[in-house]
Amino acid sequence: MSTPSQTVGPFFGYALPYADGPYVVPEWHPDSIRIRGRVLDGAGEPLPDALVEIWQADADGNVARGGGALRRAGKDFSGFGRCGTDAAGNFWFSTIKPGGPAPYIAVLVFARGLLKPVATRIYFPGEPGNATDPVLSAVPVDRRDTLVAVQEGERSYRFDVHLRGEQETVFFERYFG
Amino acid sequence: MTDPNPPYLYPPYGSTPLRAPSRPLVMPSYGPDAIELVSPVFGHEELGLLDNDLTRQHSGDPIGERIIVTGRVLDSGGRPVPNALVEIWQANAAGRYIHLREQHPAPLDPNFTGAGRCLTDADGRYRFVTVKPGAYPWGNHHNAWRPAHIHFSVFGTAFTQRLVTQMYFPGDPLFAYDPIFQSIPDEKARERLVSRFDIDTTVPDWSLAYQWDIVLGATPTEA
Ligand SMILES: [Fe+2]
Repeated sequence: MSTPSQTVGPFFGYALPYADGPYVVPEWHPDSIRIRGRVLDGAGEPLPDALVEIWQADADGNVARGGGALRRAGKDFSGFGRCGTDAAGNFWFSTIKPGGPAPYIAVLVFARGLLKPVATRIYFPGEPGNATDPVLSAVPVDRRDTLVAVQEGERSYRFDVHLRGEQETVFFERYFG
Repeated sequence: MTDPNPPYLYPPYGSTPLRAPSRPLVMPSYGPDAIELVSPVFGHEELGLLDNDLTRQHSGDPIGERIIVTGRVLDSGGRPVPNALVEIWQANAAGRYIHLREQHPAPLDPNFTGAGRCLTDADGRYRFVTVKPGAYPWGNHHNAWRPAHIHFSVFGTAFTQRLVTQMYFPGDPLFAYDPIFQSIPDEKARERLVSRFDIDTTVPDWSLAYQWDIVLGATPTEA
């Protein structure tokens, strides 16, 4: 039997976030994009005490195996990002669009009041491969757009996480027996 | 095997009703190259030498009962997970976090931040030196107190195994009154969060010790 999850609580702020956390790539990277969003509760109120983690492949679809997320040390792509939300529930990342026919970024959100994290994915708008992606295709049609980022600028996207309610984001099972 | 994890919605923990997802989770059909089947890796050069000793991060010794906390990170088959990043944070011996939003009127300790991290060794073993955290009150209900605990964050070999949890101390009288601990439905599963006193790791005239193993969930490919 695996060790059960417990909430991250409200007091992780001096332990988990770190200075380079939101930078999966530095902003000067020629292919850098920015993803920003908010984490919202069932009443539409922002969470000021959530932690968002992302994990993704590089532009060629390869997985980073060399570390370098906590302390950059010259590596320009770590694959992993971590950002605590601010008082208005905002998080952001500097990253690149991963490779593959339907590029996506894995997301985990932790917060006080979440006894276990929620897992979702960020897909990108206008990708022909989205239609045949096996994970996205298994999501009910009327909820698929909760997993697709909104393009805000040439290199900027928005992705809000609605924990609950009308616009509730699709979350994936994390227990596999 | 039944899921040992708490549900999202557990009304006795008052922060869950507005934050718990209400729709059924979607079972992901991850392909063999899904990013969720691998984990970020971290290198020793990214950690400081004293990151795993919470008693030596300031000029003086923190107040409190010095303890060594060790254990192993294991996968669902009981195999050790080497090189896994383990991060911890905790209140000081008086039950106070250094956090800005913390309002408990207990003293801060200028010699204790309460955060540490390490990588597991080849046997999956982690080791921290710290002080035993105090219990602390919180606003969930009248006279609510959290049992003493250390928060743990662990990476496995797959992002689906990513675990954040809390380690407790044996025999805490507050277990019965704590909705966060009680949110885990199965008693045997709750016991998995309780460390054991570990005489073999104590250091005479210097430190007591507790032992606690962390077992990560099965990955979709193991299931
Ligand atoms: Fe705590």
